[in-house]
Amino acid sequence: MNTTPSFLTRREMLQRGTAGFGYLAFSALAASGAEQSAKPVINAMSPKQPHFPAKAKRVIFLCMQGAPSHMDTFDYKPKLNADAGKPGGKGNLVGSPYAFQQRGKSGLWISELFPNLSQHADEMCLLRSMNTDIPNHPQGFTMLHTGSTNFVRPSLGSWVVYGLGKETQELPGFISLSPPLGNAGVYGSAFLPAIYQGMRIGALKETDEAISSDAVHDIRNSMLTTALQRKQLDYVQAMNNDLLKSTGGDSEVEGVIQSYEQAFKMQGSVPRVMDISNESKATLDLYGVGSEPTDKFARQCLLARRFAEAGVRFIEISHGSWDHHSNLKSRLSSNCAQTDKPIAALLTDLKQRGMLKDTLIIWGGEFGRTPDGRNGDGRNHNAKGFAMWMAGGGINGGTSYGSTDDYGHAAVDKPMHIHDLHATILAALGLDHEKLTYQYAGRPFRLTNVSGKVAKEVFA
Amino acid sequence: MTVSALAGEQKPTDEQVAFFEKNIRPVLVSKCYDCHSSKAEKVKGGLLLDSRDAMLKGGDTGPSVVPGKLDESLIIAALRYADKDTQMPPQKSGGKLSDEVIANFEQWVRMGAPDPRDGSSKSVAELDKEKALQFWSFQVPKKSLLPPVKDASWSRTEIDRFVLAAMEGKEIKPVADTEPRALLRRAYFDLIGMPPPTEVANAFLAESAKGSEAQQKAFAAIVDQLLASSQYGERWGRHWLDVARYAESTGKESNNLYPTAWRYRDYVIECFNEDKPYDEFIREQIAGDLMGSSDASEYNDHLTATGFLAIGTKNIVEKKKLTFTMDLVDEQIDVTSRAVLGLTVSCARCHDHKYDPVTMRDYYGLAGIFRSAEVFYGTNGKKNRGLNSSKLLPLADETKSLSEQPGIVQQSTAKLADTKPVKNKKQGKKKTYAGADRNETPQQMMHEVMGVRDGRITDSPTYLKGETDDPGPVVPRSVIPLLTKGTAPSMPSNASGRYQLAEWLTTKDNPLTARVMVNRVWQHLFGQGIVRTSDNFGATGERPTHPELLDYLAIRFMDEGWSVKKLIREIVLSRVYQLGTRVDETNSQIDPGNRLLWRANPRRLDAEAIRDAMLTASGLMDLKPPGGSMVASAGDGFASAYSNRFVNAQFHYRSVYLPIVRDFVPSCLEVFDFAEPSLVVANRDTTNVPSQALYLMNNEFVIEQSKALAHRISVAPELDHKGRISLAYELALCRPPTDAERARADVFLRDEVKDLLKQSNGKTPAAAEAAYATFCQALFASAEFRFLADALPNQSAQMP
Repeated sequence: MNTTPSFLTRREMLQRGTAGFGYLAFSALAASGAEQSAKPVINAMSPKQPHFPAKAKRVIFLCMQGAPSHMDTFDYKPKLNADAGKPGGKGNLVGSPYAFQQRGKSGLWISELFPNLSQHADEMCLLRSMNTDIPNHPQGFTMLHTGSTNFVRPSLGSWVVYGLGKETQELPGFISLSPPLGNAGVYGSAFLPAIYQGMRIGALKETDEAISSDAVHDIRNSMLTTALQRKQLDYVQAMNNDLLKSTGGDSEVEGVIQSYEQAFKMQGSVPRVMDISNESKATLDLYGVGSEPTDKFARQCLLARRFAEAGVRFIEISHGSWDHHSNLKSRLSSNCAQTDKPIAALLTDLKQRGMLKDTLIIWGGEFGRTPDGRNGDGRNHNAKGFAMWMAGGGINGGTSYGSTDDYGHAAVDKPMHIHDLHATILAALGLDHEKLTYQYAGRPFRLTNVSGKVAKEVFA
Repeated sequence: MTVSALAGEQKPTDEQVAFFEKNIRPVLVSKCYDCHSSKAEKVKGGLLLDSRDAMLKGGDTGPSVVPGKLDESLIIAALRYADKDTQMPPQKSGGKLSDEVIANFEQWVRMGAPDPRDGSSKSVAELDKEKALQFWSFQVPKKSLLPPVKDASWSRTEIDRFVLAAMEGKEIKPVADTEPRALLRRAYFDLIGMPPPTEVANAFLAESAKGSEAQQKAFAAIVDQLLASSQYGERWGRHWLDVARYAESTGKESNNLYPTAWRYRDYVIECFNEDKPYDEFIREQIAGDLMGSSDASEYNDHLTATGFLAIGTKNIVEKKKLTFTMDLVDEQIDVTSRAVLGLTVSCARCHDHKYDPVTMRDYYGLAGIFRSAEVFYGTNGKKNRGLNSSKLLPLADETKSLSEQPGIVQQSTAKLADTKPVKNKKQGKKKTYAGADRNETPQQMMHEVMGVRDGRITDSPTYLKGETDDPGPVVPRSVIPLLTKGTAPSMPSNASGRYQLAEWLTTKDNPLTARVMVNRVWQHLFGQGIVRTSDNFGATGERPTHPELLDYLAIRFMDEGWSVKKLIREIVLSRVYQLGTRVDETNSQIDPGNRLLWRANPRRLDAEAIRDAMLTASGLMDLKPPGGSMVASAGDGFASAYSNRFVNAQFHYRSVYLPIVRDFVPSCLEVFDFAEPSLVVANRDTTNVPSQALYLMNNEFVIEQSKALAHRISVAPELDHKGRISLAYELALCRPPTDAERARADVFLRDEVKDLLKQSNGKTPAAAEAAYATFCQALFASAEFRFLADALPNQSAQMP
């Protein structure tokens, strides 16, 4: 008799195959096991009731990294042009090289840099009294995303997913497309459970290719078919369930189990959502996909819509190099040419699909720029006053909120600090920024720390 | 009766003080002090708001606060914006405060304006400092008697006495000790970051079977062996590299490579392996260039150590030279204070520290010391020369004596060279640096290094709000006076004072240095520090869970010659280190966070350990250090030019030697919460998220390791199928499978082969090895593989 049972003989395999250990039976067991263990974690991510009726269900944040000039885009300053060349601040006042026009029925003043977007003026609320703490990029950018500069704190998107849960289990609740590298905190979850952190796809680099699912790490397997991989995963989960039992239900082990189920779903869903080949030519043209200079950002905008449609709660897309200390005219013009059409298309497209009304769109950067500059064609950092805008999700379109002084140097009327912005975004989603807290290091933490005032007027 | 008597002589209640501290003081400080405090540049309206008396007295227009009387309190009218001329804060400072804040002030006045601030305006700041100085972490560690315990038999060491006493105080009983296998695995990962070999495990189990005493003896021997192995330094050196924000590029906007940064990394690893006394280790990193060396080898070590001050992030394209300099100085102050003292000093760049006794003046006293150093970090190659590039420092040729090398100038200050006899203990040491080793890699032959040496000696002005355009009074170079017991070291006029700073940091009456380090060591062994905010020992940090134990360890650490190895040894031989991870319901009720350490915390392995454990199990691990770094072979240049190569770096040497380029950390490390190399990281996150699952399911490196492990078990000649399953379990999880687990694996494998045969056109051996590979990958992917937790495998393994 052969005492070394050969694993390799076909006969034995067939014997075992007919011995009642059918795959179906195992997979049923696995399913029930996975469900049992996954329940509490799924609950943490399943949709939650907001504190009060929400105006928006989701957010698309168009993040313009580098601090766009407000007096050349959304904050019309005729007096600045009148006094151009006179001393102001550290250099001479620099007039805006761009013409402003009143747009839409509402007559909002918007610069000629945004011919397409300005057609949506009546959907937009210009926030013209923004201000923040520190006029340095890393700190300002971190402040914009986390409400803190000195400490590592959860990002806005992670707070939103923590507060509202997810509408889909097949995709992350928070996706950051092409963020600038090197500051993972801006999509991180800090002390909130890691399940709330954003998934980064791609990175903001000048040389980058247009974004696609290739940018998602480890989303494909080179060795196994999906069916075989599922079997392998069932085996892993059976082991994990054993450990879960023997540790008395350790929450981290539970987290591992859940992470595999999510990952398995994601590797199907993410490439599917990111595949834009089934979009019509009309849609691609609307965004400017396939033509320059819009292609790269157009793809991000289109993906933002697709992710929104698929149930992602918070989507951030990024465009870089708005830091125009010099060559303002050429560089700002080029940035706007790359982004104007795609953003306008995003608004049009969402509206057509009936999604604009519950999608909050936010545009802006980490701070603004000074009315003066050293060489007449550039502006420096300015934390005291700048502009952002919102549209969609309950926003009172065709209005503006607050204002800066005559030169755009500092917010004077209804100053809106980053904390106020955060409070207002949460309010749009039905969340009370004072009630959305997380217990950490012995005290309840908020996104808005001890400040934050909701700007109620921005809502319709 | 004066108003002062009204408010002043009634001591405010605790609730009133709490109300003031929460709602009133922060507003006064942030909104009013700029113009209305004795520190204001120009006091407006003769009004001071930074003391109780000053507020009651008021300014030019009368008392700002009349306790209990809203209408007479001018501050209320000002806050309400009632009168156009007295609206406060003014528009330019942010304008009217929120209704909520104003309501708080009204309530406070109605309460009688309770105000705990004593003294006059002029001395308020100093008085606060006095108070801050009474804070626990600024006291020199105190010896305390071993606490009495009820259960006299439980403790194995003095550490145990402290821990048990704290538990008994809360009616908590520690859980049972962990199983020998789990203990061994824990110790291996904790001490060297790798799993125990099967032979060691078997030998240890045999000893354990003889009883507790034999187990302890065997365990102690293993611990000694691990501490003596060179893998120890690779593990514990990496912990230090986290706080030293080690990286091989500048980061920030242009991200230029540092091709010689790896020398600092190797220096750190070597120091841990040599068990260099921690105080000396710190002194070398702050002021190695000033320490005097007996030979070329020591000279090179000392110089390389100062790389600590040179490897930080730099905005190499900053146009303003002074801004660049002060940012660099700030970065050095930040890393030094947080790494060594566990204090954040850099807040004081712009304002006096709000909580800890560090003023702006103290900050700029330190800044002068660092500003007097010249920093050498390179980035001046053909391909990456930036606005602020610098040269590198030449290393000495270790085959020659220092006096033979006119280019090598020792910078030691006269005072120091005379009083410090140099040690020469490195005789016979295997040379890692320049010249001596014939098998050097080309990178090792680049005889230059990052570091610092004294430059133009200068005191620094203060820069208000950190703005270099706005210099204030010049501050003489100085250590932080309020953290100084006894006399502060005087600063030499012909040297930067860095050496004096280094000595000051490591004197035995520095209250923080030893405490901070023993706490770091404790944290790495227990998953949480005695002070859980391990890089914040200041007022906003957490208090120690076991203050007497912390002091005991700190004093002992210093008394034992600052030996990290002895400290680790003492801790891992304690009983509390060897507890099981089982949850006890009663204890959980009392101490849900396990602060009292009644069980071992289940811990997830860190990124390096996960990768190294896969390589060890697969048999592909190459324990020979690569000598240099992938970044060195890339040479001068911008990180972005090689980004994918860094991110996907796949070698078979230990993880600590992978390229660490800011923004382009290898994905195998990044996905498991590697320390962000731009920040001082005391405490890494441990998350369990889908990106890790995707990595383990799909990444080519993981698949390669799985195939290699499959091959390893397949070719083991003496093994049958079941034996192979067992071997895979032992190599990956450090334990044999239970019968039920083996049966489950068997079923899985047979099923896999059936499917894979279809794929491989009936080629049986290929299908079999592929099936083993999927099985091995499953072991790597399992939660058990990445956790240090008692697995307690049950006999009825759940079927998939």
